[in-house]
Amino acid sequence: MTEVSQSPLGRPAVHESALGHVTGSARYVDDLPEPAGMLHGLPVGSPVARGRLVARRAERALAVPGVHAVLFAADVPGHNRIGPIVHDEPLLAEDEVFAEGQVVALVLGDSVAACRAGAKALELEFEELPAILTIAEALEAGSLLAPPHEMRRGDVAGAMARAAVIVEGELHTGGQDHFYLETQATLAFPGENDTLHLESSTQHPTEVQVACAEVLGCARNQIVVSVPRMGGAFGGKESQASQFAALAALGARHTGRPVKVWLSRDLDMTMTGKRHPFWSRYRAGLDARGRLLALEVELVADGGWSVDLSPAILDRGMFHLDNGYFVPNLRFVGKAVRTNKASNTAFRGFGGPQGMAVIEEVLSRAAERLGLDPAEIRRRNYYGDCPDEHGPENMVDVPVPDGEQTSAGASVISLVRARCLTPYYQEVPHCRLPRIHAELLARCDWEARRAEIAAWNARSPWQKRGLGFMPVKFGISFTNTMLNQAGALVLVYADGSVQLNHGGTEMGQGLHTKMVAVCAHELGVTTAQVRCMATATDKVPNTSATAASSGSDLNGMAVQAACAELRERVRPLAAELLGTGPEAVQFAGGAAHGPGGRSVQWSDLAKTAWMRRISLSAAGYYATPNIAYDRTVGRGKPFHYFAYGAAAVEVEISGLTGEHRISRVDILHDVGSSLLPTIDVGQIEGGFIQGVGWLTGEELVWDAKGRLLTHGPSTYKIPAIGDCPAIFNVALLERAEQDSTIHGSKAVGEPPLMLGLGVVSALRQAIAAFGPGEVELGIPCTPEAILRAVVKQRAAAVTRAADAAE
Amino acid sequence: MSILRFHLNDRPIEDAEVPPTTTLLNYLRQRAHLTGTKEGCAEGDCGACTVVVLDAETDPAAPRFRAVNACLMFVPMVQGRRVYTIEGLRQNGALHPAQAAMVERLGSQCGYCTPGVVMAAFEACYREDLHEPWQLDDQMCGNLCRCTGYRPIRDAVHMVAGTCPEDLFKRRRAEATPAALEFVRASAGRCYMQPTSLAALWAAIAERPQARLVCGGTDLALLVTQRYQDLPELIALEGVPELRGVGRAADGWFEIGATTTLTDLEAACMGPLRPLTPLLRILRYFASRQIKHRATVGGNLCNASPIGDLAPALIALGAQVVLRSAAGARTLPLEQFFLAYRKTALQPGEVLAAVRVPEPSPGARMAAYKVSKRRELDISAVAAGLYVETCPEGLVTEVRAAFGGMAATPARARGLEAALRGKPWTEATVEAALPALAGDFKPMTDHRGSAWFRGQVAENLVRGFYLETAATPRPDLPPRPAATVRLEVVP
Repeated sequence: MTEVSQSPLGRPAVHESALGHVTGSARYVDDLPEPAGMLHGLPVGSPVARGRLVARRAERALAVPGVHAVLFAADVPGHNRIGPIVHDEPLLAEDEVFAEGQVVALVLGDSVAACRAGAKALELEFEELPAILTIAEALEAGSLLAPPHEMRRGDVAGAMARAAVIVEGELHTGGQDHFYLETQATLAFPGENDTLHLESSTQHPTEVQVACAEVLGCARNQIVVSVPRMGGAFGGKESQASQFAALAALGARHTGRPVKVWLSRDLDMTMTGKRHPFWSRYRAGLDARGRLLALEVELVADGGWSVDLSPAILDRGMFHLDNGYFVPNLRFVGKAVRTNKASNTAFRGFGGPQGMAVIEEVLSRAAERLGLDPAEIRRRNYYGDCPDEHGPENMVDVPVPDGEQTSAGASVISLVRARCLTPYYQEVPHCRLPRIHAELLARCDWEARRAEIAAWNARSPWQKRGLGFMPVKFGISFTNTMLNQAGALVLVYADGSVQLNHGGTEMGQGLHTKMVAVCAHELGVTTAQVRCMATATDKVPNTSATAASSGSDLNGMAVQAACAELRERVRPLAAELLGTGPEAVQFAGGAAHGPGGRSVQWSDLAKTAWMRRISLSAAGYYATPNIAYDRTVGRGKPFHYFAYGAAAVEVEISGLTGEHRISRVDILHDVGSSLLPTIDVGQIEGGFIQGVGWLTGEELVWDAKGRLLTHGPSTYKIPAIGDCPAIFNVALLERAEQDSTIHGSKAVGEPPLMLGLGVVSALRQAIAAFGPGEVELGIPCTPEAILRAVVKQRAAAVTRAADAAE
Repeated sequence: MSILRFHLNDRPIEDAEVPPTTTLLNYLRQRAHLTGTKEGCAEGDCGACTVVVLDAETDPAAPRFRAVNACLMFVPMVQGRRVYTIEGLRQNGALHPAQAAMVERLGSQCGYCTPGVVMAAFEACYREDLHEPWQLDDQMCGNLCRCTGYRPIRDAVHMVAGTCPEDLFKRRRAEATPAALEFVRASAGRCYMQPTSLAALWAAIAERPQARLVCGGTDLALLVTQRYQDLPELIALEGVPELRGVGRAADGWFEIGATTTLTDLEAACMGPLRPLTPLLRILRYFASRQIKHRATVGGNLCNASPIGDLAPALIALGAQVVLRSAAGARTLPLEQFFLAYRKTALQPGEVLAAVRVPEPSPGARMAAYKVSKRRELDISAVAAGLYVETCPEGLVTEVRAAFGGMAATPARARGLEAALRGKPWTEATVEAALPALAGDFKPMTDHRGSAWFRGQVAENLVRGFYLETAATPRPDLPPRPAATVRLEVVP
């Protein structure tokens, strides 16, 4: 046999659009050649957080040179209400506005400048109404977006009574702007017979299609949505691209001309929702060795003014209140509140980071009380058995009904005893955290560095270092089971070249690069022979958003199915040409290979297949098996599997200014058998730094009237290059194949973001070095937050010294 | 000279129509149909619009490439010059090394920041003064990337920085001669004039007394890109050679021309201005390379922002400003230049021509500090310039403590200074003097920090200054400091 193992899988790869990126030839929506007669559409937002819209007059705006039309809610021919779960968002405001930046009007003009002048001349009058601007105000007013959700197990009160340590408090985590470098943009081209083609920067072309069809009052087959690529999305273009696309569609329908809606950075940041700020009240009981006995959490998400995806985000927050730790007795109550802010939305992690932040706070505080190493307290709580922790005092005591079973048919009591049952009754089989933990601690020289840092801190009165630890377990699947499906359409031309269509969108994460590799592997062609097409609703219908880290998992399986079908169709022909049996033919490297070194080029095979009238296109489809979640009882198997990882983070802080620097990061992450390791490492590094941004410098500030003050990069500070640690070691867990996924790989988009919580762990360690007692550190950990925490520790040190002197 | 003329990717451009306050970014994307250069923010803070300008005017003996933010430049600012964009880098189909490194190191994910990153890296390729790793951070800190976390970008830039490839661009640089910067477009009520001599400047000012002065434009252009204002009459100072450059006056004072860019000032601080270490220290975290390439010393002072970073450092150094008009010149201590929030002592017809700084006395302790939410490319919450001289007996004979972010203008802490003057320079003196700061300033709370934070940090910077200068009277900023104050570990 010849060497035919030329699969691109598992090998170093560069991004499939890299050449276009570095030459400027990669086109984004705003870069597309503007069609003749195109108008610009400028959404005009409410200046007030809540108010009655008492007057809207467009006469003066229409008199501005270059302005063609001004559209209000009454100009919508179909439904004015859109929204991904509940249709509760007026595309254009009706009688009342509920947030600053809520779109009231669309100005259409020859140029953006003309639209801006038109917007300025627009006469809008509002009667301001009292607004709800914080979670506390919303709870007080009972302003909920959905009924509370609850998960419970065992006897919380009994377990708390037995606890050696009780940790209770409140935690607030802030919002985060997506700050995708490319702002929201859609270009709509009207076609004949009231059809419409849209080029949109969206993670969810199907939802854009649906929204446009509903707003225009037409069937979905009249609308085609295509996504050239996105300049970043991170969840911000999952549901919230639809509104701006629908405005472009409305403008195009109204004027009969192509319309582009593109947001300036300041408009984008003002109008679009962000990561949900969360507030929680928690109470945890732990034994003397730092093991969790019980956890009670009230978890509240600030959904902003409309439902958007908030219930699902809250669910995922609750699903990750356990992170990687077994919680025997628990009661979790989740609420999503309605406030008069931009409607908060999906953002990488989708509530998971906010949930995890709570239990990490609990364990950090418990470790500070018990004098435990931050890594060690976490290790003692991982799912699964820790063999060295056996002993009567560690027997888990959870009263659960006899004979109770999980939805998968396993005995609840035996899973509890084995410490591998989540709060939502899904089994955690073979938790990989103990293994990752041991390997990472050895790799990063944890023990020796802890000792070195302690010695350094003893000699440094004003600057202190800290070494923090953060494990992550993240559930993979859309928790709305229905969404876990995907499709692909693969076309082979008679010269052997391949067009690959799949339902996933490219936002920079390397999905297309991976899908090309999966396709090339399956057909046995080279990646150069495969062209990945712009994602379009006329190629693959009814797609789910490219979200929940699921892009490769779902679309990869669909691509594999389509390609396998094509390959098997031509296999008998290849066997005939090679003079061998079908089972002896191997497809690799752009050829079909038979015994004795014989081969036939894929291009020849394709041409012959065409001449023999063999169909050379195929669709593939995939639906994740065996997942279900019953939200009414808070139980089920919402996740196909879990992704794992851990980070060790070292920081140095100044006790004078509260500034900090991350000096070193070591990450060991589980991506299963990596489809493309170079792409996965990029996701891990980028996710980590994005998480660090959320937890440190990225601070959203509103004024007392609910108007966003930080709406551009001059005031909202995402990490810059100097925030990247000088030492940044990322490794992929070896021998980590995952059952029943595409080539044993695992999702990688979201989980690494939560590794960023390691910076909080590290900062707490450094702050603790300034004085005794528990650290009180607010999130985001800006210089001000750190300085406040240091001042408190230093005061405690002074008090202790004074006490000792007496 | 009413026609805009420049070379775009080595192709000559002539445009008699384009409105002069059109930004270079909009010109490239809308008129030249080069969409590789992106708009990410239109405020000079993301770098997606980075292009490179070949500058042979500042120092005809050493032409250089300057990475700049196209979003903050009005088109006449490239008059006569060569501009390179991402589309112009490939030569005969081959990627430029800066492009190839970004591909090889997976420096692009979504790709939207990438053209800007490549252009900043392009400048780095041809820099011959890159010696330290931190300089790469300085070079690249004006390019935000939301996807990669920067590690691969840093690796890619490291690969190519300072390699000075023998190529067309190096030849273009070697051949470059000073461009004809003159540009005059004037009509009733509107003008954009870029004179090229002091005499022509006075004539222009006399002709258009209402015109606003502009040089680098990094602040003024925001009125156009963020507030959508019309700037009908502008006079640009960039072409006037008498206002630019660094030297030493007959009386031994250092003189810094008002239109000296911050990168040129930074370079001078590593050379002839070496005694002024606090300036170098503040320039490191002043802004991005792109901004520092356009922003000028005079612009930073004339916009009279309460948080202009140079002011506290220069006040602490005892700087004066030279104000010139057609009628003559006058000199003021810098702290008297700031009258109120964004209001200066400039009279109609006057131009800030230069900043004069005395040579610090040999034993003086001095440092400048800046605290902001993000270390790089951020606006200060608090900035400080501190200067202390002591007599042989150890008593404080001269003290200047200037702060930004604490009041409506950059200002000296007179109460604190009084509490220190004449006292022994000891920790006890400093601690006893610090409460005076509360009387000097009543800082405000905003999105950059609370009044509590500003007050606490101002105090701590004085504390840190005492501790830091105890070991080294004129501390340099370390390469990658954890904080603005460098405190060595006690052995």
